[in-house]
Amino acid sequence: MREVGILGVGQTKFGELWDRSFREIGIEAGLEALVDAKLSSADLEALYLGNMASGTLISQEHIAPLILDYAGLAGRHLPSMRVEGGGASGALALHQGYLAVASGLYDYVVVGGAEKLTDVPDATATQITASTADHEWEVVFGATLPALWGLIARRHMHDYGTTREQIGQVAVQDHEHGSKNPLAHYRNKISLAQVLDAGPIAEPLGVLDCAPFSDGAAAVVLGPMEEARRRSETPIRIAASQVACDSMALQHRADPTTLESTSSAARRAFQQARRAPKDVQVAEIHDAYTIAALVSLEDLGFVEKGKSGPAFAAGEFAHGGRVTVNPSGGLKAQGRPFGAVGVAQVVELVRQLRGEAKERQVPNATVGLAQDVGGTGATSVVHLLERAN
Amino acid sequence: MSVARFWRETPRRYNLGGSKCSVCGTIYFPPRAVCPQCTHHRQSIEKMLPFQLSGEGEVLSYTIVHEAAEGFEMQVPYALALVKTVEGPVLTGQVVDIDPATLRIGQRVHATFRKLREEGKAGVIHYGYKFAPVEDADPRPPPRTPAATAPATDGAPGDRAAA
Repeated sequence: MREVGILGVGQTKFGELWDRSFREIGIEAGLEALVDAKLSSADLEALYLGNMASGTLISQEHIAPLILDYAGLAGRHLPSMRVEGGGASGALALHQGYLAVASGLYDYVVVGGAEKLTDVPDATATQITASTADHEWEVVFGATLPALWGLIARRHMHDYGTTREQIGQVAVQDHEHGSKNPLAHYRNKISLAQVLDAGPIAEPLGVLDCAPFSDGAAAVVLGPMEEARRRSETPIRIAASQVACDSMALQHRADPTTLESTSSAARRAFQQARRAPKDVQVAEIHDAYTIAALVSLEDLGFVEKGKSGPAFAAGEFAHGGRVTVNPSGGLKAQGRPFGAVGVAQVVELVRQLRGEAKERQVPNATVGLAQDVGGTGATSVVHLLERAN
Repeated sequence: MSVARFWRETPRRYNLGGSKCSVCGTIYFPPRAVCPQCTHHRQSIEKMLPFQLSGEGEVLSYTIVHEAAEGFEMQVPYALALVKTVEGPVLTGQVVDIDPATLRIGQRVHATFRKLREEGKAGVIHYGYKFAPVEDADPRPPPRTPAATAPATDGAPGDRAAA
């Protein structure tokens, strides 16, 4: 297996992009990444596309050749493949692209993630996204994704004394960070009082504990690491790419407050990269629901099990803390276009590690972690990136 | 959802039919073809026997749902819980016949046969298990709301007729 570098990144604005189609945003992100990589489309050998639910969201399956076509590459008959893993689709696609380059099969590939959530009403999107949980044994009985995360939140509060205020602080910090991100769905700051007073969705979680349904796309260009070093003064290496899965339904987990897919993927990733959580300065993690960020910080190894609430409230994961978590604003503020999320997390990390994150820049960031989660944790994907100059 | 898709699960959804591994004795719901607990899964192939849960259990965690799943819009707000059964498996289901505000982790419940949802006025009616509090189990028993005045917690039309 050879080393894999990230040569270019691109991302559209996230939000309610009513004037833009799925294919338009997919192409925009891909072309930006290609230009950033200083490559031409003639250099590309394959395309991997992360997407959760185009069939139900925009009545279009078979989207990988569609994007290839509108990228102007159909005439070269390149391989183009869609990868699906619920909310983790984007990071799963990145894993596939990583394997393809690491194996030596391809030199340059584009990994994209794209999702269009706002072409359907919110209630429909709620139902479609709930299908990333177990339809037959959770959804049929009245569960939605926020309801399942509400169950996780309640049990975490019960077992560890985590408070509603500590959970809500995740949303406050995400909006603070998102206010500095021009691509974010939400750039307004919010107070803890606003989070606590917001209308309930699935108690204890309210509207402001839940990431929005967003449209958006992101893309990265991967290539051999020696080429990344040759072409950039701040080359970025994928130090680890790991996937782990767990039981589909929350009810089948030994402990509903632990994402064992995340802890397994993280353990393997740190082992692959010969790194430890203390080496990480910047992380983009799964905060689709505020409680998800707290549980993830524990299961990634950044804080002891049960201690995430007080640590987060004390600012340990804000700018200036021991690890800056979700400088992009996270899924909560930057937005949640499901299949694009995992790729967008890595776009943000690359910008941070290159020192191009402007107002959001985490000083001296050299190692970054991205964690993407599908459903309630049936799939987790963890990537570790390093600046390799 | 097609009629067949729901119909084929009726032994599980109506009667809590699970399975038991005859190698290690672990009980599962819904039933499984192989036992995840057996180190060598192949040992359990064709050795998973039918096993019916009693429906007794306690609340492991709960949430009050205000933005409903499809088909549950008329029932909000409703309580949804993880229920750990006395036999071991954990089930996801609504908790009814209780004021959601009084629900607590550890509340003892038992499964009850109810209407889950309807697919519109002329569509299929889905039935299955929900959970109701077990009386006198809690040192501070939650007040039971009279059925006639409790549409907010379990308001599917005809719900109790089906019980």
